[in-house]
Amino acid sequence: MPTTRSFTSIWEYDLLEQILIQTINGIVVGMILALVASGLTLIFGIMDVVNFAHGELFMLGAYVGVVTLAATGNFWLALIVATLVVAALGAAIHVTTLRPLLGRDPLNTILVTFGVSLVLQNYALWQFGPVARKINEPFVGHFNLFYLEYPWYRLMIALLSAAIIGALWLFLKYSTYGVWIRATTQDRVMAQAMGIPVPRLLTLVFAIGSGMAAASGVLFGPLVGVNHAMGLDWVLKAFIVVVVGGMGNLVGSIAAAIFISLTESYASLWVSPSQAIIVSFVVLILTLLLRPTGLFVPTPK
Amino acid sequence: MTPRRTRIYWTAFAVILALLIVAPFGLPEFWRRFLTEILIWGLLAMSSDILIGYTGMVSFGHSAFFGLGMYGAAAALLTSRPPSLWLALLYGLIAAAAVAAFVAYFSTRLRDIYFAITTLIFSQIFYVIIFTWTDVTGGENGLAFSRPALAIPGLFSFPFTTLTLYWFVLAVVTASYLLLRRITRSPFGMVLQSIRENEARTRAIGYPVERYKIVAVMFSGLFAGLAGVLYAVQNRFAAPDFVFFVVSGETVIYNIMGGIGTLVGPIVGAAAFLLLREGLSRLFPYLASVVALPGLAEFPYLIPLGVIFIAMVIFMPQGLLGFARRRLNE
Repeated sequence: MPTTRSFTSIWEYDLLEQILIQTINGIVVGMILALVASGLTLIFGIMDVVNFAHGELFMLGAYVGVVTLAATGNFWLALIVATLVVAALGAAIHVTTLRPLLGRDPLNTILVTFGVSLVLQNYALWQFGPVARKINEPFVGHFNLFYLEYPWYRLMIALLSAAIIGALWLFLKYSTYGVWIRATTQDRVMAQAMGIPVPRLLTLVFAIGSGMAAASGVLFGPLVGVNHAMGLDWVLKAFIVVVVGGMGNLVGSIAAAIFISLTESYASLWVSPSQAIIVSFVVLILTLLLRPTGLFVPTPK
Repeated sequence: MTPRRTRIYWTAFAVILALLIVAPFGLPEFWRRFLTEILIWGLLAMSSDILIGYTGMVSFGHSAFFGLGMYGAAAALLTSRPPSLWLALLYGLIAAAAVAAFVAYFSTRLRDIYFAITTLIFSQIFYVIIFTWTDVTGGENGLAFSRPALAIPGLFSFPFTTLTLYWFVLAVVTASYLLLRRITRSPFGMVLQSIRENEARTRAIGYPVERYKIVAVMFSGLFAGLAGVLYAVQNRFAAPDFVFFVVSGETVIYNIMGGIGTLVGPIVGAAAFLLLREGLSRLFPYLASVVALPGLAEFPYLIPLGVIFIAMVIFMPQGLLGFARRRLNE
């Protein structure tokens, strides 16, 4: 992958080609990030819950994918099973730990989900061990992209993520539950007064967000190994995206996810990928300084 | 406080301090070190209580201040010959204060969750820098150095033993506690508490709230850096793991477990958390040997610890100290 290229060798190829490749890389990673972040922002937007355990749900999704794949050999089945299992887990987490906190300061939710992430991470470490597991790609075709053989699977990730986000959007826009969710986001008390079953709805939203995190975990699994700490990086990046995109703003989050991955991709032309994340930190700082409500939202009056 | 309560307070303070001074005599080597660590983590937790408990800002970035204190101390101990404790303190505090000023300038523009997330991200910036700047910071491996002696040049110099290091740490933590207590009771501390209670009104009265917040974060960072220096001296290394945000999370956990807004609470919380962790880590191997279930020995003891913490947030939002206080008043 071009992202691991060292400093001297990037000039061996045409810079324009490099930039094009990094653009594609950035969009692919950006779509997965958008999938993770839209779950996070959905949860934050509707219930003021800062879900620290989101990265762990992503990680557990990947592990459920590994197990299902080992048992059945079918990647698509693994994707669906992981989504459903982790969505159910998310619902259980919500009912047991977050529902009792309804009406308390949102900061309590950070603490509780921090505890949940501690539990889930150690469970994964215990159950699956410290050695990274591998998810095989469902298909292994490549196409030629300048000097690279670019895997089709990466493009498919981007498309699938877009499809899932699109499905979420349609769900929010047209289904009864979607309308209820939007109503609850706008005014929870009024929604409750109109007879919307708000507590049940919140559980549903948490389950949807968890399922989306799990799906992204399975999709992303083939690109890196699956290990118990893989959620940490993602939860941080997703938080950056959510803040840069404007807290609780779905469209803003998606735009911010792609924007941040692209800047990180371009930065990794010059520095190592682990340092490239500093660029997104800088984006975040600038956002907070200049537009604290988020980059991709209309200017607040 | 009424004169009577003041008398009770100082009596309790003296008794507890005396107990802490003599405590190591009854303890084996391991527990002496453990007690020292509790005090150091307690100081870190206490430093963040100024923000969480008194100003109403939950910082998830205290690992940055703690870690920079550590690396500042490392820089002093690696460059000076012989390694000087006072130089380590100086460098560590300067490093922590510089970082705190930087973080404070940006993060205090935001409130509530946004403040928490911003401080978290800032601490991660420093983590990435320290982790990847291998030439200077030793990268993943961190830096190892020798422990300085407790010395005043020309007067005396004797190397730290576990016991003297414990007393030194106890002295620093006690002094910090008294200083922090003074700060929270000063007019400055009163303004911080009024920001916690009603920020808009505090601003309306005419206090420059932002400036107060920046100074609060800097004070807090300074004491967190002090804890970092102590930790570096105690363990003779500085590692990027201690800049990672999980340390910040644990700092908040100590606060919540012990009870925020009390200064003593966070130390109690740190002690409770660390003792619980130590106890649980021994419990499962022990249980496994009793009931002859070998798999039980590997059971991750952090899982029950996480569950206990979650339950405490839900059922005991005032922490151990608040809980005890309410019980005593009933």
